[in-house]
Amino acid sequence: MAEKIEIKDEWKALIGKESPPWKYEFTTTSIRAFARGVGYTDPVYFDVEAAKKAGYRNLPAPPCYLGTAVFIPGKSDDTFSGPTEGAIDFFQFGLINVLDGGTEIEYFDTICAGDTLTAVRKLANLEVRESKALGQMLIISSETQYTNDAGKPVMIERAQAILY
Amino acid sequence: MAVTWENIKVGDTLPEIKKTPGVTQLVKYAAGGGDFNPMHHDYNFFQSKAIGSIIVHGRFKWSSLGELVSNWLGHQGRIKKVSCQYRGMDFPDKQMTVKGAVEKKWEENGEKLVEINVWTENDQGKPTTPGKVVVAFK
Repeated sequence: MAEKIEIKDEWKALIGKESPPWKYEFTTTSIRAFARGVGYTDPVYFDVEAAKKAGYRNLPAPPCYLGTAVFIPGKSDDTFSGPTEGAIDFFQFGLINVLDGGTEIEYFDTICAGDTLTAVRKLANLEVRESKALGQMLIISSETQYTNDAGKPVMIERAQAILY
Repeated sequence: MAVTWENIKVGDTLPEIKKTPGVTQLVKYAAGGGDFNPMHHDYNFFQSKAIGSIIVHGRFKWSSLGELVSNWLGHQGRIKKVSCQYRGMDFPDKQMTVKGAVEKKWEENGEKLVEINVWTENDQGKPTTPGKVVVAFK
């Protein structure tokens, strides 16, 4: 358990810095895999005909499926599957335990199989909070903007990670 | 009967989902979502050992909140926002119940909107993942 966490100036300097862009794919196979993982039984997420009958051009992305990051060994994180370049390195803060604190996705458009979005992530905020169970925690807020091929924002993910 | 914006009333509850994700389900979720943090499948991982168990992915619960609303909505509209906070850990092979209730209904910029309070409850009836979903109806 961390005794006391102090936000250093060099950490603050990371706030707002954008990662290089990275591609996230939505395919029929990746959408089915995600829908199975959550436990969906709605055929619209599995059967292209059912999706078309429901008014979609292909299988739609279920809510909270943020695409599958293109995976390239040496450039991708083996645990979380996202790009390593420009990723927020949790371990630079000297804490070893990571938990998810909260997640928000805001959509501006419908996403379907066949779409590829480009994501740019930034560290939005750092904050120290106290928890009865975990003691002092560092809350890392990030924001990821996903745009389509036309450069139009399609979704924004806001997430908090808890380090302790 | 498909849900329509006109018929929705504040306080309406959504048909709940009960699920009991075991390790196999969490492995499927890891494969689908891309989060292979060992604390969700490996009992020998240092953080799992410290906690005493592997734990359910927070984002599995978040996604289940989306599933709850998607099932209810039946593609009669578009989900605009899904947010939640992870307030408590959930453990494999324990039943969780995914619930929701309509909080607000309004029109804005020509859109027919509904805000839904959503949450998961653990097998003790304790809410562990409170959140909100905003839907725009067709």
